[in-house]
Amino acid sequence: MNIHIPTPLRAYTGGLETVSIPGATVTEVFQQLTITYPELKQHLFTAEGKLRSFVNVYLNDDDIRYLENKEATTVQSSDELTIIPSIAGGSSANASYNDLCPANC
Amino acid sequence: MLRIHFDDYEALRAHGQETYPHECCGVLLGKTTPGEDNSEAINHVHQIVRAGNTRTDSAHNRYNIAPGELIKIQRQARALSLDIVGFYHSHPDHPAQWSPTDFAEAHWLGCSYIITAVEQGKAVLTNSFLLSGTTEDDKKFEDEAIQIDIAPSLAATAQHNQKGQE
Repeated sequence: MNIHIPTPLRAYTGGLETVSIPGATVTEVFQQLTITYPELKQHLFTAEGKLRSFVNVYLNDDDIRYLENKEATTVQSSDELTIIPSIAGGSSANASYNDLCPANC
Repeated sequence: MLRIHFDDYEALRAHGQETYPHECCGVLLGKTTPGEDNSEAINHVHQIVRAGNTRTDSAHNRYNIAPGELIKIQRQARALSLDIVGFYHSHPDHPAQWSPTDFAEAHWLGCSYIITAVEQGKAVLTNSFLLSGTTEDDKKFEDEAIQIDIAPSLAATAQHNQKGQE
């Protein structure tokens, strides 16, 4: 199946945006992905082997965290996996504009 | 360095004014040109895409783009042979400086993070920060120069030419 790699991680897939990896389940595909591209592992998983909290994985249009079988979900070769790190942030909650921005800011 | 067309630059600043007093957010699509001879890489923006802020509980000082929307934007980029090269958001009544929250939630290494300060509804300063480093452990935000192109974009030129032929 095809796996779409986000921009920051393409340095570890030889610059490839899409890689084709075999496997019967999401877990198998990820195991094979990190065997083929071992440098990806530390960016996707914690030392305990858990998917990092900010890494989202979608099977086609579905977040795997909300699938009934999660990572054990079976996949077809025609399916697509997309890895997408989260995007969030925002200004500090407890500081005013004047506190942080002097007159010449 | 970040390179962006004036129209896109103004559009992302206007987005921050429209959503004031809430934070706006969006995605920068383009191409990254590797630096040569120790020069820095260039994140060249070809298109900006507005995104919804899902942090409706605290939209005045937080933003989040739903992963499902990001997936669609990434597909859009792929169809255009472009990449996600960065993101933008606004800081209502707050400086155009990254916050601890911005840093903690930044995970796209090599991408540009544009922040526009919107003061009393008016966009003031806009800054860009490059998320450099190789892992979550050594990542850092670096001040990033913004090159604003003022020549007509290719799309605008093509549209203009088309109108001229009608």
